[in-house]
Amino acid sequence: MSGPNRRVALKVVGATLGAGAFAYAAQPVAQWGAGLSLEETLRRHYKELTPDELAQILRRLEAETKEKYGVDVRIDDIPAQEGVSFGYALNLSICIGCRKCAEACHQENNHDRRTNNSYIRVIEMEQGSFELERGTVDYDHAVPAPGKFYMPVQCHQCDDAPCVKVCPVEATWKEKDGIVVVDYDWCIGCRYCEAACPYHARRFNWREPEIPADEINPDQAYLSNRIRPQGVVEKCTFCLHRTRRGLLPACLEACPTGARVFGNLLDPSSDIRWVLENKRVYVLKEELGTRPRFFYFFDE
Amino acid sequence: MTTTTSSSPSISYLRFLGRVVVLAFSGTWRFYAWMTVLTAIALVGLNAWGHQLLNGMRVTDLSDHVSWGLYIANFTFGVGLAAGAVMMVIPAYLYDDHDMHDVVIIGELLAISAIVVCLGFIVVDMGRPDRMWHIIPGIGRFHWPVSMLTWDVLVLNGYLLINLHIAGYLMYQRYLGRPPRKRWYLPFVFLSIFWAISIHTVTAFLYQGLGGRPFWNSALLAPRFLATAFISGPAFVIVLLEVVRWSGKLTFGDGPINTLSRIMRVTVLLNLFMLGSELFTALYTGGAHGSAVRYLFFGSHGKHALVPYIWTAVALNVTSAVLLYLPRSRTSKRWLLAACGCAFLGVYLEKGMGLIVPGFVPSTLHETIEYTPTVTEWKVTAGIWALGLLVLTVAIKVGLAVWTGRVREREDGAARSADGAALGAEEEPLRDQHHGT
Repeated sequence: MSGPNRRVALKVVGATLGAGAFAYAAQPVAQWGAGLSLEETLRRHYKELTPDELAQILRRLEAETKEKYGVDVRIDDIPAQEGVSFGYALNLSICIGCRKCAEACHQENNHDRRTNNSYIRVIEMEQGSFELERGTVDYDHAVPAPGKFYMPVQCHQCDDAPCVKVCPVEATWKEKDGIVVVDYDWCIGCRYCEAACPYHARRFNWREPEIPADEINPDQAYLSNRIRPQGVVEKCTFCLHRTRRGLLPACLEACPTGARVFGNLLDPSSDIRWVLENKRVYVLKEELGTRPRFFYFFDE
Repeated sequence: MTTTTSSSPSISYLRFLGRVVVLAFSGTWRFYAWMTVLTAIALVGLNAWGHQLLNGMRVTDLSDHVSWGLYIANFTFGVGLAAGAVMMVIPAYLYDDHDMHDVVIIGELLAISAIVVCLGFIVVDMGRPDRMWHIIPGIGRFHWPVSMLTWDVLVLNGYLLINLHIAGYLMYQRYLGRPPRKRWYLPFVFLSIFWAISIHTVTAFLYQGLGGRPFWNSALLAPRFLATAFISGPAFVIVLLEVVRWSGKLTFGDGPINTLSRIMRVTVLLNLFMLGSELFTALYTGGAHGSAVRYLFFGSHGKHALVPYIWTAVALNVTSAVLLYLPRSRTSKRWLLAACGCAFLGVYLEKGMGLIVPGFVPSTLHETIEYTPTVTEWKVTAGIWALGLLVLTVAIKVGLAVWTGRVREREDGAARSADGAALGAEEEPLRDQHHGT
């Protein structure tokens, strides 16, 4: 009866080799699992947290930033102000395409340095056409170039936002002041919002962001410019950590031509209201019905 | 019904499960070799996925421009495969096709395996699979009914459960030697027909509903998805039936295969027609709405990454149509199998890379950024398909043993006194049959 015995022996050898192969193959998954914190994995959605829980999370995030990046930062939860609804307009007649806005965004919002990420893309368009297909973002010459005009594009903070609609876990939503935000600690990283956005406004963290300690902006908010974790989606928040405190967005402050106008749509005396009421205004891809809060306008 | 056992139903069911597990791990050397190869590929995939988790999805070639790629392409194709299996259920139950009825269990097992593949591709595409629980209804924050993705979660998992119930119930009754009670499975069978259509419709709506992506934003997408599902599903089943026949585990006539190839003769043409209609709209109208189609078929801005995929797909789809209409394919198994192979691959390329990636090229701001899957992505993809084939192999092996009555409760009862011998007794005829063919 050597047949069955040999078969049993083969099975034992096979099972041992199989278990070994499995242990080896599963090593990276196990290592990833060991790096997760139960506290972070099991926490509730931003909107379900009590003030105490939220405060605890903010302190934990500050400590984690200190540990990872070696910097003392302050992460606040800054709620929307009552009676404020933000709008943004950009004057296409005077934008020169210098990309200072994109650069300011990069620094203000603690973007990954290696990818030179920014929430703003500036398109060089051909005079006489609004056809995006004829534009380019890769221009590399002195600006403004003859025969061109420039159209910076960032999140339009749509009132009927496709990105908010498609999110399966409500990790992104519209705040009372019109800003569309992301809970980076709730996002599952499916990137459906990225597919849904018509304005290329969303970015995914393909890796852990890398920023030198001395370049980190320490004034951070939970829903905006705190350093994002790997594997989640992020976006422009109209610099809510600034604008909800009465400051202007970083991109506006950086603009050398004054092409950008930001303000409260509910305030009849605001500049943004004046622009919308007195200038010819263009809404990018208006036909999609997303109702943006970002407008382009022209001088005479 | 009388049974010889005095044990309670739950004990009997546990013993059934135990025997299923034993059966899943024993077989001929061919079975072991096949399972070893699949396990090895699955482990390579698991390892690659682990690296992706650790280092981030930068190990893929995905970008903020092309944010979905090979994984979602395979997911979409897998949903079609799962839905396509219903083309066995419809003839068997709606048209009372008795030949199909004899093999319909294979379609149900295929549906289960295909859904496992789909779920696998969703998990590996997620940036944060550790937060998966956020999408569980009632526990996380389920954005239903607004997000189409939540509908997909419901219909895919629902389809999995329905098919697990049908296949599990029918097999367990066979095992007990009892005739199945209609009210315990027929309503679910009819539900599964409706449900199969829904899984692919919902998956199409996922893309179709995005106004910012003109390539997908077409009312023809869902009909095309169904047509391609009813190509790839029957094509795979025909090949599978031939493999089962070759293994000698089940004997059946040519009826089911003839029915399935008749279905394919309709769907291959339907698909080509709809593709032509889409192409006409995009190319004749002109303008920016057609730029994704122009990129896909001819390349643009000096970039051509998808051109080989789509022309290969078109060539395979046309070839499969021609082969299916040649009289030879009705008489020669080899020709029919070649047609099925072409159809399966053609749909895989067209509906995978040829449908998902051009949705992103050009991007919404009309930048042309290309995407070519990395080795890591191919490893993970191969691993998930290997896992699916593992599930399918075990399901069919166990399923047919029960289905044909080779494994029954009564034997089990008799074996309780000498369980080792009983296992051998149940295995021997299997092996004999195998060597006989």
